[in-house]
Amino acid sequence: MEDTVLKAKQLTKYFYEPEKFQVLKQIDLEVKRGEFLSIVGKSGCGKSTLLYLLSTLDTDYEGEIDISGQRVTGLSQNELARFRNAHIGFVFQFHFLLPEFTALKNVMIPAQKLGKYSMSEIEDRAYTKLKQLDMHEYATKLTSKLSGGQQQRVAIARALINDPAIIMGDEPTGNLDSNNTKNVFEIFRELTSVQNQTIIAVTHDEEFAQNSDRVIEMKDGAIIGMTKKGIKV
Amino acid sequence: MALGVNIEIAKTHLLAKKRQTFVAMLGVTFGIGMYILMIGFMTGFNEFLEDTLLSSTPDVRIYNDIKTDYSHMLVNDFIDSTKEIAVVHHPRPKDINPNIKNANEIMSDLKRDKRVASVAPQLSTQVFYNNGPVQINGTLSGVNIIEEAKLSGLVDKMKTGKIENLLTQDNGILLGQGLANTLNVRIGDMVMLTSPKGTSMRFRVVGTFQFGMGAVDKIRSYVSVSKVQQLLGKDNQYITDIGLKLKDYNTSKAVAQEFSAKYGYKCDDWETSNSSAMASILIRNVMTIVVSLTLLLVAGFGIYNIMSMTIQNKLKDIAILKAQGFAGKDIRQIFLTESVIIGFLGATTGLMLGYALSTLVFNLPFPKSDMIAITHYPVTFHWYHYAFGLGFGMVTTFFAGLIPAMNASKVDPVVILRG
Repeated sequence: MEDTVLKAKQLTKYFYEPEKFQVLKQIDLEVKRGEFLSIVGKSGCGKSTLLYLLSTLDTDYEGEIDISGQRVTGLSQNELARFRNAHIGFVFQFHFLLPEFTALKNVMIPAQKLGKYSMSEIEDRAYTKLKQLDMHEYATKLTSKLSGGQQQRVAIARALINDPAIIMGDEPTGNLDSNNTKNVFEIFRELTSVQNQTIIAVTHDEEFAQNSDRVIEMKDGAIIGMTKKGIKV
Repeated sequence: MALGVNIEIAKTHLLAKKRQTFVAMLGVTFGIGMYILMIGFMTGFNEFLEDTLLSSTPDVRIYNDIKTDYSHMLVNDFIDSTKEIAVVHHPRPKDINPNIKNANEIMSDLKRDKRVASVAPQLSTQVFYNNGPVQINGTLSGVNIIEEAKLSGLVDKMKTGKIENLLTQDNGILLGQGLANTLNVRIGDMVMLTSPKGTSMRFRVVGTFQFGMGAVDKIRSYVSVSKVQQLLGKDNQYITDIGLKLKDYNTSKAVAQEFSAKYGYKCDDWETSNSSAMASILIRNVMTIVVSLTLLLVAGFGIYNIMSMTIQNKLKDIAILKAQGFAGKDIRQIFLTESVIIGFLGATTGLMLGYALSTLVFNLPFPKSDMIAITHYPVTFHWYHYAFGLGFGMVTTFFAGLIPAMNASKVDPVVILRG
């Protein structure tokens, strides 16, 4: 299944504060279904900016983005919100769970928003996702009571709940110790190889990047290199 | 489904910060509670006052307003007014009777009018009540006591004796309670009255009344019309006032104007007769509304502050919700729901607080006084005050929550998520 899940054409973006500055320079990118893609580069190279463009959160850019065959460039904020809900999952450096809710509820909320399944089905699915990440024992715990690694696993379960086409990770292991980093990486690996999920992750972690399917290296707003399975292309 | 999850998030936020929710709610509670107490107390007092005024003054009073018309003067008979101008300093009227000339005809005409509930003739005069060597100034009203009772609710205002005694006793008199106290008389005692013309008559006290207004109770007394005619040396057609009770006292003003034009006599409605009291009622109403609205607005600002702070603390949550597919309108709905829930809880508890306080005040004994005939503080419990309090509380909190909620919906997730 080598079909394209994400296609970006001529992506260009400027920052206007404190002065006009071109962050991204005509970036072209294609991502296949089931691919595990890492984006690396020094701070300020524009890799996070690129990720936020691809995830449709940032709409202030030039160029075109298609996700799952749908043109997302030019959609309204409300349409984009619905689109993200159904097609994109997020994992951030700082897990960003809702602290007042239980782990299970945190996983359920995006599914409730989507409204595709009944309440009991959603609860079952959320529990299954938590179990997949070995977090089912903590389902009823408030997320503010969990450790960093546990929280990140709940966040991944949450990203998976609506079976998104792509999971976007902004430094998903940036705040974790080596043991937890390894855990998260293995989860991602399994998601791509077994469940054919697509992962795009921005990372500083050399080892994490080297073990992914493809690594994109960025510098000064442009892609300067691409490594596929350890081989430069 | 989507609506359900928004409300669920709002509920969880409120329950997670119970103390903060409670404080925000208390602001509204006190605002609404005080509003209910104030409006109940103020309207209670106003209604009591209006009631007292209505019972001591007829809805419409027809009387002969003495005009000083000096266009016809005797001096013109003695000079040629085309050649000479006569200047008369300080002219005086001559032999003016303040009575209504065709009283019987007017009264029978009034009785046929559909808007008029009852008609009572009256003959009022200034008198002196003799208390030993001391003379007390006052007014004597000659009335048909049965008709008069329909007008003023005198039956309910009797302290001692009965109004019917005036009919059975040949020279009976009903005294204001304050007056009776001053004269130191009670039922069965005699009082001597002197008219402005110098004639005197003795009456036997058959009852005392109290309208609850010192100004009335200390000077007024009632006897039958014929006795006053006798005292003044007038014929049995001599009437100075006609009091009217209308079926709807709110139409008094219009009816008074119409009758004035029709009969050519001065007609005063009760509001004009008591214009200063009516003005104070109006001022109290305005004051009540201003203070109440201020209280509610302060509560609204409290909610605005708390919601703004909550949203500042929740920027991360808002960003993550947006990233996960919650649109701006969902975020707005979440935070608006929170403030509306606070508003609703605050307003309902406020109504309860207001009701409790009103009941408390209502049961407080009023300091005893001869001037005002009430035993406890007057407080009203009108359902529409409560409905308005609830409605206004909800509307205020809605708008107080709307601005922070709008701001929350505009949060740019990229800025927050990138740190």
